[in-house]
Formats: sequence, structure tokens, C-alpha cells
Amino acid sequence: MEFSSPFPLIPWAVFIPLIGLGINLFFGRYLGEKGSGWLATLAAGLSFALSVWIAIALAANPVPLVATLAPWFSIGTFTVQWAFRIDTLSVLMMLVVTGVGTLIHVYSIGYMHDDVRHNGDPSRYPRFFVYLNLFIAAMLVLVTANNYLMLFVGWEGVGLCSYLLIGFWYEKGAEGLGNARAAKKAFLVNRIGDFGLLIALFLLFGAFGSLDFDTIFGHASQASQALVLAVTLFMLLAVTGKSAQLPLYVWLPDAMAGPTPVSALIHAATMVTAGVYLIARSQALFVAAPVAGQVTAWLGALTALFAATIALAQSDIKKVLAYSTISQLGFMVAAVGMGAVVAGMFHLATHAFFKALLFLGAGSVILGMERGHEAGHTEGHEDDFDPQDMRTMGGLFRRMPVTAGVYCVAALSLAGIVPLAGFFSKDEILAFAQQGNFAIFIVLAIAAFLTAFYITRQVAMVFFGVPRSEAASAATESNSLILVPLVILAALTLLGGEINLPGSVPLEHWLSHTLTQMNTVEFSLSVAAISTLIALVGIGAAWLMYSRKSLATAQARDPLDVNLHWLFLGMQHKWWVDEIYGFLVVKPYTWMSGALASYFDQGLIDGIVNGVGKINLWLASVWRKLQNGYVRSYALIFLTGVAAIILYVVFK
Amino acid sequence: MVELLVFGVMALVAIGSALAMLLSRNTVHAALFLVMNFVTVSLIYLILGAPFIALAQISVYAGAIMILFLFVIMLLGSEKLPAAEPLRAHRPLALLVGLIFLAELAMAVTYRAGIIVAPPAPTDTFTSPAALGLALFHSYALPFEITSIILLAALVGAVLLTKKEPKV
Amino acid sequence: MVPVTYYLALSAVLFVIGALGVVLRRNAIVIFMSLELMFNAANLLFIAFAAYYQNISGQIIVFFVMAVSATEVAVGLALLVAIFRAKQSIDVDQVSSLKG
Repeated sequence: MEFSSPFPLIPWAVFIPLIGLGINLFFGRYLGEKGSGWLATLAAGLSFALSVWIAIALAANPVPLVATLAPWFSIGTFTVQWAFRIDTLSVLMMLVVTGVGTLIHVYSIGYMHDDVRHNGDPSRYPRFFVYLNLFIAAMLVLVTANNYLMLFVGWEGVGLCSYLLIGFWYEKGAEGLGNARAAKKAFLVNRIGDFGLLIALFLLFGAFGSLDFDTIFGHASQASQALVLAVTLFMLLAVTGKSAQLPLYVWLPDAMAGPTPVSALIHAATMVTAGVYLIARSQALFVAAPVAGQVTAWLGALTALFAATIALAQSDIKKVLAYSTISQLGFMVAAVGMGAVVAGMFHLATHAFFKALLFLGAGSVILGMERGHEAGHTEGHEDDFDPQDMRTMGGLFRRMPVTAGVYCVAALSLAGIVPLAGFFSKDEILAFAQQGNFAIFIVLAIAAFLTAFYITRQVAMVFFGVPRSEAASAATESNSLILVPLVILAALTLLGGEINLPGSVPLEHWLSHTLTQMNTVEFSLSVAAISTLIALVGIGAAWLMYSRKSLATAQARDPLDVNLHWLFLGMQHKWWVDEIYGFLVVKPYTWMSGALASYFDQGLIDGIVNGVGKINLWLASVWRKLQNGYVRSYALIFLTGVAAIILYVVFK
Repeated sequence: MVELLVFGVMALVAIGSALAMLLSRNTVHAALFLVMNFVTVSLIYLILGAPFIALAQISVYAGAIMILFLFVIMLLGSEKLPAAEPLRAHRPLALLVGLIFLAELAMAVTYRAGIIVAPPAPTDTFTSPAALGLALFHSYALPFEITSIILLAALVGAVLLTKKEPKV
Repeated sequence: MVPVTYYLALSAVLFVIGALGVVLRRNAIVIFMSLELMFNAANLLFIAFAAYYQNISGQIIVFFVMAVSATEVAVGLALLVAIFRAKQSIDVDQVSSLKG
């Protein structure tokens, strides 16, 4: 192995996490907590190191290259291979996935140590890291695929890991089933999206005869308009599933039932961005069908606004962040839909940093609340204590200063305050919208205002004011295994703006080697001023409402509730979307499957199968009477047979 | 003409005795009717120019086999079997099949046998036992020998089957 | 001047009567006798055709048939005696334990 070029080692980025998970799977219980946790982290870290090396090598010579590992199958003229595509777009995703992934692995070592004890099954510790490594491997397959089929393998793989990790505590949750139900919901809703992707793949194969990126993108402009439109719209369906947009976002808030590192890694930073990556990668197709681009942009913008309204009224710390993720994904989807792929990918990267930070910080807060609860009640847990309820928190700034500090940094980045990373990326999207699609710009601006409002509301409720419960007043800071990744992510959030700072725009140059159309805008001072103003107004309004003594107790009414009662009710109940889906879709479906099961499956099919058996038994009982034991009747049968033969011979 | 008359009488007697054997309730009577049938058929053989076979029929069939039957009847006692017939549908079915069989044979005879010609008169060279003996020992010597083995086997078998089981 | 068909018809009638005897009677000895009747009918047929075709083989076959039927009667009656010892009856309907 020559070490001058990392490119022969490209498949190892996928294999190393697989080896890690293999060792943890078979020997995890002998390695102990420290062993299995650090082994998995080492695997993720090595993948990250490899990604960095590849990035450096690619920077010197930024030509896309394809590394074929092995042929997969070949049917007639249709060939699919396990081929890795290394270009600037995929390397960007690799860096984000493995970088944030490694940090979250480190965090999980400390977090899961507490979590398995809180949930009562310490032997399940290695399993978590098996699933995490599997996720890293699958996500890397997704982003480095050179053809749509391999991408689909990765797509399904991350869906599987999401299911496994949401349902990690499968026996816990509401009624002992809640987590399993949430996992099932995530899988089923994603399946609807996957169906869309499959139809798109079939159409692509039918039109181009191959699923390789180069073949398809090279001939994209020659295919029929209607076909490309159909393909892109079906892909959009897949994106609404995986990246939680309207109408298939409903699984993401339920997915918060999984452990917090899972929420951070999969449902904030990496898996949900797979949809954005898909659109970015298929830019050639979306360029050939401008209608699809418009639809995508509007879908993203409306999702951003819709989710932001729901986030305003949630009382669970993780649910606020979940809806915030949906909203920010809406921003990204709107950006790539409008054609601003650079802006979208920039926001993807910065969002990974600060959203992961927010989630991990929330995890730290939850652990602190649990420690406070256990310190107060030495005789055991009360089942109705919810460590995630913001109404019982408050004043944690004094008890958990480091967590509070990094959380505020992330919150300001989400709101979009200069010079944090979130400002630059969100501003770029807004600037692009203002120039091309003014209506979308208005929608996104309102969403930005609501974003600033709800995140400040959360920070005020959690960290400031007075503690509203014993647990909050007894909470303690987390240990360094948890805090160090938080600090690193905070540093990335502070410096992340450098990725695509207006003026030097390194990301733009980086991605220009891969993207066919570079839609970018110059930095616009007016848009920056407007967005900063919107953010400050949002922060100020929320601060005024929530930091005063109006929230003195856990039972006090939310100030928004006081002012906007009916709207607040709607927002708090997520606009009853789950209930509407249940009534419109789930109920008829379960009724139909019940009817099919009882009438068709049990009645008809079982009837036929059992009927065959019954007929056999009946026939046998009839024939059985022939064997009556009397020799004379046997002789008569002989005679009849002879007569029949002679009949045949005579009449021949 | 005479031959036809003789044949007719013989045929009637043969059929009559066969039916009587079938229908008689007493086993000894059935055996005796069968003997009459054999004798009648033997006479028909004579008409057909097979004197040796005719007399062999009388001595083997009527003489030996029927004696054997009568001995067994004596040993086992011809009991009166109960009149109730356990298989109710048996008799009508059997009669039906028999009738069909007869009809088929009749049809076979009428449609297939296109020859309505009398056999030629028997000649000395054909009918004499000498001719039979010559053919037997010239061409059919092997079956002859094998038949003797069969007879031996039957002898041994009959003895073995009727041996009393030794008391253990 | 008796046509061959008359002999055929006679043989057929005797054969059917014998067959019916086998099927209809319950006395085992009478069944055997009906069997003999059937053999007889076949023999008649052979002799008739031997005479018609002037071929001695028919008579020779009848010769053998007679010998073998004698052996068969011997063995069959021995069997009958053995069964009688077990069942104390010559009713063939009694030998019906192998029913389905």
C-alpha cells in the first residue's frame, strides 16, 4: 500500500465502521463499556481521518474520480457496480458525517453510561455502538455512491438504523410500546418516500438504461421533459419522507423517543440531510425540469413556516428542537429547489454543527435534571417526572454553566446573529430568495422571525428565570466526556461561517468543481440588515415575554397561551396533523386490512386450502368403503374390469 | 344334421347342469351336477375329434378332481349357510355384470367371427392319440417336464398346508 | 356341420355361468367348482379351434391345462382345509378381517 495517495483506501471509509460494529457485535460484552465505546469511536474517527486525507488530496487535484470496488450484478446490458464517487460534493458530506459522527460517538460514551442505568439494562450498551457504526457505514455508502442503486442501498440502510435506534429502548415508552411505535412510524412513513425513490429509479432506468450518475446527468437534457419532471417529483416525494418535509414529516417528532445522541446524529445532522444531498446531486435533472424546482422550493418554504409555528408552543425540550430541524430542513430544501445548491449545502454544514450542539446540550440538560431528581428523591423514581419538560426547568444557568454557555452560542447561531455560522448560511439563502422568488423570501423571513422567537423562548424557559421544580434546583453539570464534544461543536459554530464567508467564498470554489450550475449571489447588505433585524426583534420579543416573572411556577400559563389562546392551542397540538392522518389514512387502512384478513385470508384462502384437505378426507372415506374385506366383492370388481377390457377390445 | 342334433342336446344338458350346479343348495348335489357337465363336455370333445382328450377329461376331471372335491365335502361337512346375504347390492350387480359380459361375448362372436363354416371331418392322423403323443414329446417336451415339477410342488404343498401345527 | 360359432357361444355361456358362480356363492367349495367350470369352458374353446384349424397344439394345451388345474385344485382344497381349521366354517364371507 502506497501512502502517497489516499484514493485506493476509499472503500475503507465504509469498511472500518463495519469492522468496528462486527467486533462490538460479537465481543462487545467482553470489552466492557469503555472498550466497546472507544472502539466504535476509534472506527468513526479513522473514517474521519481518511475523509480529511481524501479532502486534502482532492483539493490538490479537484477532479471527480470514481473508484470501483467490485461488480454487483449484470443483467443483459444493465450493469451495476459497487463504485465510490469522490468529488467535492461527496467529500463535503463525508466530512460532515464522520466529523460530527465522531464527536457524537465520544458524547455517547458518557451519555449512554448514564442512560443504560437510568433505564435499567446495562448490558445493552455495546448494542448502541453497533447501531451507530452501522449508521456511519450506511450514510457513507449513500454519499459516496456512484449510481442511484448504491445510493438507494445507503438510503435504506440509514432508514434501518433510524428504526433500530429510535426503538433502542423498545420496551419503554407510553404503555410499554411507545418507542417501538415511534420506530415503526418512522419506518413506515419513510417507506412511502422510498416508494417514490423507487419509482424514480424505474423511470430513470427505463429512459436511460443505466443508473450511473455520469450516464444520466450527461444525457439529462436529451430526455423528454415529462419524464424528467416525473422523476424529479417522485424524488421529491422521497425527500419529503427522509428529510421530513410536508406531508411526510410526522415521524420526526415521534423519533425523539430515541436516546438524545441518536436525535442529534441521525435526526438533525446527517440522515435527514440525505434528501438535500439527493437533490443537490441530481441537480442536472432538476435543472432540466424547472417546474419541479419551483414545487420543491415552495414545499420547503411552507414546511419551514409550518414547523416553526408548531415549535412555538411545545413544552418538551426535544420536541422544540425536532420541529426546529424540520423548519431548517425546509430552508435547505427551499434553497436547493430554487437552484442555490451552494447555499443549501452551506446551511447543511452549519446546521449540522449548531443543531447537533443544541441536541447534545439538551441531552446534557436532561441528564442534569435526572441527577437533580435522583438527588432529591432518594427512595426511587416517580413515574410522572418528565426530565424533558421545560415547564419544570428554569435557572439552570447557575447550576450548569458550561452547558448553558454553549447552548446560547448555538441558539444565537440558529437565530442568525452575526458573526456566527448560522447567520451566514441563512443569509445566503434569504439573499438568493429575495433576488429570484420574492414570495418565498417573505415566507422564509417570517419563518426566520419565528425561529428566533422560539429558540429564545426555549433558552429563557430552560436556563434563565427561577427553577420551577426541585429537580431543576438540584441539577448538576455533566462530566467532561459530555462537555468536550459540546465545546468543540461550539467552536465549529463560532468559526463555521468561514466555510463560505462572503468575499473569499471557499465553499463556492470547492463545489464549483462538481456542480454544473453555480447559482450564487453576491453578498447583499440590505438583506443581511433585514435578516439581522428580524432576528433581533424575535429575540427581544421572546425575551420580554419569558424572562420576567410571568413563568414563576410549573403550572403557570405560557405567556403565548395568555395572548393567543386559540392559535396557541392549535400550535400546541401540532395542528392536529397526526389525528387527521389517523382518521384519513390509518383508520381506513387498518379497517381494510382487518376485513381482508378475516374475510379474504381466513375465509376464502384458508377455506380453499382447508377445503382441499376436507375434500381429500371425504374422497378417502368414500373409497375406503370399497375395501370391505369380502373376497366376493373383490372378485366382482375383477369381473367388472375384465368386462370393461373386453368391451374396449370388441369395440376397437 | 345328426351332428347338429347331438350337439344341441349336449349343449342343453351342459348348460342345464351348469345352472343347476350354480343354483343348488346342497353341495353334494352341486358336485354331482358338475360331474354331469364334465361328461357332457367330454362327449362334445368326441364330436370334435379329440378322443384322447375326451377320455382324459373323464378320468382326470370327473374321476380324480371331483373325487377330491367329494372327499373334502365329506371332511368339512356341507353346512347350510345362513340365508341372509351380508352384501345387499351384490347379487343384482353381479347379475348385471354377467349379462353385460354375455352380451359382449355375443357381440364379439357375431361381428368378429366371419366364418360360418363347419370344421372338416376328423381324420385318423389328426385325431389319434399317436399323433397327440408325437407332438407332445417332440415339440412340447419341456412343458411336459415342467408340468411334472408342478405336480410335485402341488403334492408337497398340499401335505404341508394340512399338517397340524406341532404343540409348543 | 356345426358352425364354430355355436361352440364359441356354448363356451361363452359356460364361462359366464362359472364366473357368476365364483362371485355369487358363499360356499368355498362351490366357488372352486365354478372355477373348474370356467376352465372347462376355456378347454372347450381350445378344442373347437384345434379342430377348425386342424392344429394339434390346441389339444396339447388342453392336456396341460388339465394337469395344472388338477394341481391347483389340490392345493386350493388343502388351503380350504387349513382355513376350516381356523374358522370352523367354509363361508368365504367369514374371511373378511382385512376391511378398510
